[in-house]
Amino acid sequence: MYRRKEIFNSLITLSIKEIRRFMRIWVQTLVPPAVTMSLYFVIFGSLIGPRIGSMDGLDYIQFMIPGLIMMSVITNSYANVTSSFYGVKFQRSIEELLVSPMPNWAILLGFIIGGVSRGILIGFIVYVVSLFFYPAFEVVNPGLTLLVLFLTAILFSLMGFINAVFADSFDDISIIPTFILTPLIYLGGVFYSINILPEFWRNVSMVNPMLYVVNTFREGMLGVSDVSIPFALGMIFSFIVVFTVVCLYLLNKGIGIRQ
Amino acid sequence: MSYALEISNLKKIYANNIVALNGIDLKVQEGDFFALLGPNGAGKSSTIGIVGSLVNKSSGSVKIFDIDIDDNFSEAKRLLGVVAQEVNFGNFEKVIDIVVTQGGYYGIPLREALIKAENVMKRLGLWDKRNDQARTLSGGYKRRLMIAKALIHEPKLLILDEPTAGVDIELRREMWQFLKEINDSGTTIILTTHYLEEAEQLCKNIAIIDHGEIVENTSMKDLLSRLDVQGFVLDLNKPINEAPIIDGFPMRLDDPTTLVAAVSKDKNINELFKLLSEKSIQVNSMRNESNRLEELFIEMVKR
Repeated sequence: MYRRKEIFNSLITLSIKEIRRFMRIWVQTLVPPAVTMSLYFVIFGSLIGPRIGSMDGLDYIQFMIPGLIMMSVITNSYANVTSSFYGVKFQRSIEELLVSPMPNWAILLGFIIGGVSRGILIGFIVYVVSLFFYPAFEVVNPGLTLLVLFLTAILFSLMGFINAVFADSFDDISIIPTFILTPLIYLGGVFYSINILPEFWRNVSMVNPMLYVVNTFREGMLGVSDVSIPFALGMIFSFIVVFTVVCLYLLNKGIGIRQ
Repeated sequence: MSYALEISNLKKIYANNIVALNGIDLKVQEGDFFALLGPNGAGKSSTIGIVGSLVNKSSGSVKIFDIDIDDNFSEAKRLLGVVAQEVNFGNFEKVIDIVVTQGGYYGIPLREALIKAENVMKRLGLWDKRNDQARTLSGGYKRRLMIAKALIHEPKLLILDEPTAGVDIELRREMWQFLKEINDSGTTIILTTHYLEEAEQLCKNIAIIDHGEIVENTSMKDLLSRLDVQGFVLDLNKPINEAPIIDGFPMRLDDPTTLVAAVSKDKNINELFKLLSEKSIQVNSMRNESNRLEELFIEMVKR
């Protein structure tokens, strides 16, 4: 039997490799979100924010911070796994994993650990940046905040993995983030409460999955939300289960990686 | 009899309905140095890909040291090292990291993987390049790196898919020597190659695959003994105008000082020299007309 300790060693190896990959190119992976989010805080927080006034009874910049952290976590978790997994497919170094005795669940977990690590690290960086613009910020419910942060990073890492499995070119790994993820995030309550929308658009917003992620995180950080937290957590958890099953099915069948 | 590799009725049909393997059977004994030859598209890489888990099989069975890959692929893979035809490592990683990471994928703890990596890299002359980025390596060093990766977990069966393709003669000879040493130490080796001289020099047994079927599977000695006629190129000390006619030795003149003679198995080459001497034709030097195995190979895949 391929012993548990050996599987553990292989998982640690892949996880370290994944973390080392995004740390090695930190100028491309860690710095841009910090710069971009600083600009959001300057323009929408410090310059335009005071003119907007309050949102859900909070200073606008304060309202915006959880949304911007979540936006960074989502995009970076997703991008890390798509670029890394498509990269190993492109360079054929996926064969290093395929010829090894690593079980497929360990391969998936290794890539997810990479995506989650980057997502959470970026989330922490953006949070630190936000403190420069709003030093009085206090996290209301740290447990819920960390839980949502962690689950969201897992969920979007899994989605990134599926994207990378089906990707045949570098274009294929940018289409979904550009045309689907980004619009859904921007319209998912990062910059506004859906309570300010007309009823029709408020109802339309309720089918946007990003709304639940952003609002659950906002509930953890600020104690305000537009959605039911148990329902949102249940949905996030359910999607994690569904996407995990899909990823393992793809790996076991060798779709996109074996001829 | 213990087999390192046992393939039964293996079929591979790709999505575009191309039949790459049409039910092949193959057995490679433990400790063997085995050549799998065939023209481009014959099914060599598909076979190796299935054994190494890079290609899904359509049907049939593959056993590695009696372990069926359908029953326990993880255990079977621990006994197997694969050197792929194409470069398959991260170009931006350091050479030592690539080898150590591959060891880690086989469950070897980091400290142990570092020791094993140093040993195998020193044997392959790769240790001085350990801190270089892989993309900066020359073609020859990239090949060495591929072999180092495949050997880090000390496999009992090593499969090499055209390992010396595009490698200069000096390095090719070095790699032959290295592979012989590995084989002598007990590792079973299966090799595919386009260099038939390579197979003739290294391998004890051979299979020839063509159009997805094994057309020959025998010992190298037996295969070579089937050659009825060998061609010899004779360099003459004086030019002649036309090829001499000597009974039992068909000849042709390539140029005034180069005579090519066909010598069948039942003839003695000394007899040829004697008959040429009687016709006042002196030979300065002699060599084989072409690689012996090549003649058989071409004949077999033409059928």
